Amino acid sequence: MQYWIIQSLNSLALGGLLFLLAAGFSLIFGLMRIANLTHGSLYMLGAYVGVTVLKFVPNLWLAALIGGAVIAVFGGLIERFILRALAGNALGQVLVTLGISFIVADFCLVVWGGDPIPIQTPLALQQPLRIGGVAFPTYRLVVVAIAVATAVALYLLMERTRIGAMIRAGVDDMQMARAVGIPVSRLFTMVFCLGAALAGAGGIVGGPIMSAYPGLDADMLPLALIVVILGGVGSLLGAFVGSFLIGAIYTFGTALLPDLAYVILFLPMIVVIAFRPRGLFGQKNV
Amino acid sequence: MSRAGWILLALAFAGLPWIAGEYYINLASQIFIAAIFAASLNLLVGYGGLPSLGHASWLGLAAYISAWMSLKLGLGHWITAPAALLGTTLVACAFGWISLRATGLGFLMITLALSQVLWGTAYRWVSVTDGDNGLRGLTRPMPFGISLDGATSFYYFALAVTVAGIALMAAFVASPFGAALRGTRDQPRRLGALGHAVWTVRWITFVYSGFWAAVSGLLFVYYNKYIHPASLSITSSAEALLGVIAGGSGTLAGPIVGAAIIVLLKNYVSGFIERWNMLMGFVFVLIVMFVPEGVVPGVRRLLRRIGERRKAV
Repeated sequence: MQYWIIQSLNSLALGGLLFLLAAGFSLIFGLMRIANLTHGSLYMLGAYVGVTVLKFVPNLWLAALIGGAVIAVFGGLIERFILRALAGNALGQVLVTLGISFIVADFCLVVWGGDPIPIQTPLALQQPLRIGGVAFPTYRLVVVAIAVATAVALYLLMERTRIGAMIRAGVDDMQMARAVGIPVSRLFTMVFCLGAALAGAGGIVGGPIMSAYPGLDADMLPLALIVVILGGVGSLLGAFVGSFLIGAIYTFGTALLPDLAYVILFLPMIVVIAFRPRGLFGQKNV
Repeated sequence: MSRAGWILLALAFAGLPWIAGEYYINLASQIFIAAIFAASLNLLVGYGGLPSLGHASWLGLAAYISAWMSLKLGLGHWITAPAALLGTTLVACAFGWISLRATGLGFLMITLALSQVLWGTAYRWVSVTDGDNGLRGLTRPMPFGISLDGATSFYYFALAVTVAGIALMAAFVASPFGAALRGTRDQPRRLGALGHAVWTVRWITFVYSGFWAAVSGLLFVYYNKYIHPASLSITSSAEALLGVIAGGSGTLAGPIVGAAIIVLLKNYVSGFIERWNMLMGFVFVLIVMFVPEGVVPGVRRLLRRIGERRKAV
C-alpha cells in the first residue's frame, strides 16, 4: 500500500515537473513554430544555476525564482540574437537550438563537473505528512501543488488577459494577428522567456527529487516531446493532461517493467499519432 | 566531375593503403562508415525534405542486433548480418509509418522521440544490451575466408561497401522514383494532384534510407567490435545531420564531404581537448547561420563565380 502511494506521488510529482517543462515547449512551438530543442538543456541549466544560487541564498523557492529569471534572460538572448536571425527558416532554427543544447550540456559539464549534485529538500518539508497511518512525502505534494498553481496561473494568463488573447490569436492565425496590429515580435520574445523561465525554475523545483546531473537534459527533453505530441501542440490543457499521463506511465512503467519503461512510454504516443495526429487537445496537426 | 577526375579519385582511394600509415587507413575507414550513414540520411533530409533527428536508430539497431545475435546466440556473421539488416529495415517500416503521419517539424520531433526510446531502452534493458557497459568481445566477419582484422583489409572492405552503397543511393535518386521524391519535397500537393502517392514515396524512402543506415551500422560494429548506447543517442543522430547540412543537403557529394569533415574534426579535436560536444554545438550554430547551404554548394558557387570572372576578363 505504502509503496503504491509513494509511486503514485512520484508519478504526480514527475507529471508536475513535466508540465513546467512541456507547457513552455508547447506554447513556443504553438506560437512560434519553433521546436525548441534547448528546452531540456534550459531545465538542466536551471537546476545547475539553482545549485550555485543555493550556496549564497539558502532558500529553494528564492533560488527557483532567481534561477528562473536567469534562464529567462538566457532564453531571451537566444531568441533575440539567434532565432530571430533565422526567422522563417524552421529547420535552421531547430538545428541551432540543437547546437546550443550541446554547448549548454558541455558548458554544465565544465562548470559543475560530471558527478550528480543533490539539491537539499527545504527543511520544513523533509518530514513526511502522516494522514491515517500512511506517510506521504511532503515535498512531492508541494511540487504537484506548484504545478497545478502554475497551470491555473497560465490558464488565467492565456484566457483572461489581453496578452493571453494576443498569444492565442498568434497561435491560431499568425498573419491575421499581425494584420490586426498585434505586436507578434514582442510576443515571441515574451513567450520564449516565459517558457525558458518555467523550464529553468522547474529544474530547481525538481532538484530535490532528481538532483542536477549531466544527461538530465537528454532525460527530460524526450519526455517533454512525447507530452507535447500526445497532448497537442500549443494546447495548455494538452500539456497538463499529457504531463500527468506520461508521468504516471513512466513511473509505473519503471516500477513494473524497469527494462522496458521506455518502450511503454511510446505506446500511447503511437496510438495518438495513428488515430489523432493533432494530439489529444491540439487544434492543428503537428 | 570529368571522367579523368573520377579515375584519379578511384586510384587515390585504391592506393591509399600504400602511402598512408595505419592510423590514416583507419581514419579513412571511419570516414567511409560516416559517409554511408550521412548519405542515407541525406535521402530523407536533402531529397525528401524530411528532417530526421533519429537516424542513429538504424545504425545502432543494426549494430545491436548483429552484436546480440553473435554474442548471446553464438551465431555466425553469415546469418547475423542479413538478420540485422532485415530486422532494422522492418523496424524502419514501422517507425516510418508512425513518423510520416507528420512532416516538417512534427516529423523531426517524432523521429527524435522514437530514437530516444530506443536509446533509453538500450541503456535500461541490461539483460539484452548490457546497458552502459555496451556489448563487447565482437569479431569481424571473414568474407570469402579473408580476415578483416587488419586495417588495410578492412579499409578495402569498407571502401567496397561504401562505393556500392553510394552508387545504389545515387541510382535511387537519379531514377524516376527519385524525381518523384524531389517532387514530394518541393510540391507535395501538386504531385498528389498528378496522381503520385506522396505518402508512399516518402515511406519507401524512409525505409530505404533506414536500410543503408543499417549497413553503415554493421560496418560500424565490425570496425569497433563494440557497441554502446551512445551510438543510439541524439548526439549520434545530430553528428550525421550536421554532416549532411555542413556538406550540403540534397547533393550527392555534400554528405560525404560533410561526414569526412566531422570525422576528421572529431579525431583531430579529441586528440588534445575533450570538448567535442561543445565544438560540435558551435559548428552547428555557425554552419546554420553562415553557411546554410553547406560547404559543397558553397564551394561550387565560388568556383562558378571565379570561372565567370575569368571568362569576363
